Amino acid sequence: MKKAPIIIMALVTALFVLSWIFKAISFQGTEEHFILSGFKYTLAAFLTLAIFSFLYRDNPFYKFAEHLFVGVSAAFWMTMGFWSTIVGNLIPRVSEDLSHFFEVPYEPASRNLFYFIPVFLGILLLMRLSSKYGWLSRWPLAFIVGTTAGFNFVRYLRSDFINQISATFIPLLVDWHGIGHFFSNLSLSSVGQLVTILSNLVLFLGVFCGLIYFFFSKEHKGAFGAASRVGIWILMITFGASFGYTVMGRISLLVGRLTFLFKDWLELIS
Amino acid sequence: MRNKLLLILCLLLVLGGAPTWAQEIDPLDTTAAVDSVALSSPAPVSMVQAKDKGNDHGHAVVISWELSADDSYGDKSVIQYEVFLWKPFLYDTIQTLRDRVGTAKAHLIAHDDDSRDWKKEFRRAQKEFDEIMKGLTEAHAAYPEGGEFVNVGKVPCGENSFKHIGSKGNESGTYLPDYTDFYYRVDAVTANSEIRSQSEIIGPVQCYGQWFNTGRNPVLAAVLIFGFLTLFFVKRARKGSKLYVRPIGGIEAVDDAIGRATEMGRPILYVMGLGTAADVATIASFTILGRVAKQVAEYQTQLIVPTYDPIVMSVGQEVVKSSYMDAGRADAYDKDIVFFVTQSQFAYVAAVNGIMLRDRPATCIYMGKFFAESLLLAETGSMAGSIQISGTDEVAQIPFFIVACDYTLIGEELYAASAYLGREPVLLGSLKAQDYAKAILLIFAVLGLVAANLDFNVFTELFHVTN
Repeated sequence: MKKAPIIIMALVTALFVLSWIFKAISFQGTEEHFILSGFKYTLAAFLTLAIFSFLYRDNPFYKFAEHLFVGVSAAFWMTMGFWSTIVGNLIPRVSEDLSHFFEVPYEPASRNLFYFIPVFLGILLLMRLSSKYGWLSRWPLAFIVGTTAGFNFVRYLRSDFINQISATFIPLLVDWHGIGHFFSNLSLSSVGQLVTILSNLVLFLGVFCGLIYFFFSKEHKGAFGAASRVGIWILMITFGASFGYTVMGRISLLVGRLTFLFKDWLELIS
Repeated sequence: MRNKLLLILCLLLVLGGAPTWAQEIDPLDTTAAVDSVALSSPAPVSMVQAKDKGNDHGHAVVISWELSADDSYGDKSVIQYEVFLWKPFLYDTIQTLRDRVGTAKAHLIAHDDDSRDWKKEFRRAQKEFDEIMKGLTEAHAAYPEGGEFVNVGKVPCGENSFKHIGSKGNESGTYLPDYTDFYYRVDAVTANSEIRSQSEIIGPVQCYGQWFNTGRNPVLAAVLIFGFLTLFFVKRARKGSKLYVRPIGGIEAVDDAIGRATEMGRPILYVMGLGTAADVATIASFTILGRVAKQVAEYQTQLIVPTYDPIVMSVGQEVVKSSYMDAGRADAYDKDIVFFVTQSQFAYVAAVNGIMLRDRPATCIYMGKFFAESLLLAETGSMAGSIQISGTDEVAQIPFFIVACDYTLIGEELYAASAYLGREPVLLGSLKAQDYAKAILLIFAVLGLVAANLDFNVFTELFHVTN
């Protein structure tokens, strides 16, 4: 084994232990389990830095954090699924004995044989583990996909179709009392007449040209192509605004982690 | 002497009668006070109406009225309206039984040592409760005998209607039975809640559920039109009509990207995002995965499909398996091509990023539903030097894919891509139907714009969906 990785590993381990000791000392007197608290803070800081180390390149510390994260989360969600769905929701509604066994409150009033339908579908889903009866698992999959698609069909038609149409029914000449009146009251206020008229116009043209861009049955040539190009420009401007807005949100997440490192862990800022 | 005696007697009578007069003044004063209240009472509401709420599952009544003349105005200003419902005294017994059932249930849930006794009590109380509930409608019909008006809600001044929305289940204290005669009254109330005036009593009114929600007629029309268009174009596609679909840049690049991976001898990473198997974007992604897997099987390239959802993994395995079989390479199929990672968003990202840096895929394809992980994945893929093709209908994530990927399918292009690649009549037909639906939408948008500018509200109201 090369010497450099060993030295780095030893250095990181030493830093980890030192941090643990210093954090434990800083918690002494304020927390009952100060050694454990010191370990938790140090581990959280170590894992944060291990994930950040990915910015340099793939390395053993990132691999360790990644595998720990994936393993713990997979186990956590499986356990949560069992205890919240099967034990928490199903058993109290179907069996008093099993409720006593798992020590969860039995709910006699909610007892209903319909709960056995998802149980049956769940068992069918597990059939894919069998090479002989694996085909049975397609039934619950078809049920899940079919019912949700049917349910969403009506929902999307309402929200993405009808409501979108009615949202474009807007007056272009808002509060119009003639050209003289319009020019004498010209203002760039965001709630002013000029801006409202312009925004309504952009809204309508944006919807119109955007829809033309998403028209797949005709080649985008001539006037149709020009409208399509306006549509993609409007889309790109929208995406740019959305990008900037989301990046601002992401920076607040980064600030959160840096605050943890410099305030809670290193205590460099108050 | 006799006159003196008469005088004394008269004086005594006068003195004795004085308290009597004083006592008689009190009722006079009370009457005066009552008159004073009557004088300061606000004008009552008028034209009270009560009717079933409509377009719902029942258990709700709408009460409306014309505002009091003193509504938020003058010395007798009405600040709110209180709505009263006539309830038979039977509700007291019902509530007692409801409490008994609730107590027994709580003890059963708590697994008390004497749970057997509580189970008996629960059944007994529940039986009595069910029995008495049967007589509720008759008790309401006995109005005005054996009941009283109780407050069921209030609205501030200026409002002239109140929705009395009751509970569907009779285990709730706000239960409002269907097909039962109700009587309502509306009080106009001043700042001094003692000073109020009552409306006339309105009733009987019944609530009931409707089979059809007329508020959603526009949605029904859209479903019928879209359904008809889909069936029509699917039938045409099945008959062999050539349905034109314009080339989509990102999809044209898929074939090249697979070829590049084959030449470089490096794998193809296919990420289906965080959607469930029921999401439209994930369903479209399955179709594209099928096409990619078929070509991968033909070229004998390695395919890696890490999944976030176990159901998506199951469907993905089926899709890849059938693609390998279609390509005549069933023997090359490995069920570990599609594998489950975890259901934690960022742990999934960490794992996929690790795969990208260690296996160095030549091509990364992201198709499906993506959230905050989109840029993390695409940026790492870019660092790994992969050709990247993405597609999602999550509007907030498209910008990240656009900046970090070589090709991006925007929104509906993802659905169109699945039809373009699959060339199946059902998919092509539905794509054509979508296009015609968009054309209809454009026409209605223009007509609606004209109608809105001409204040022709009849047209715009046609698209108004309620509830």
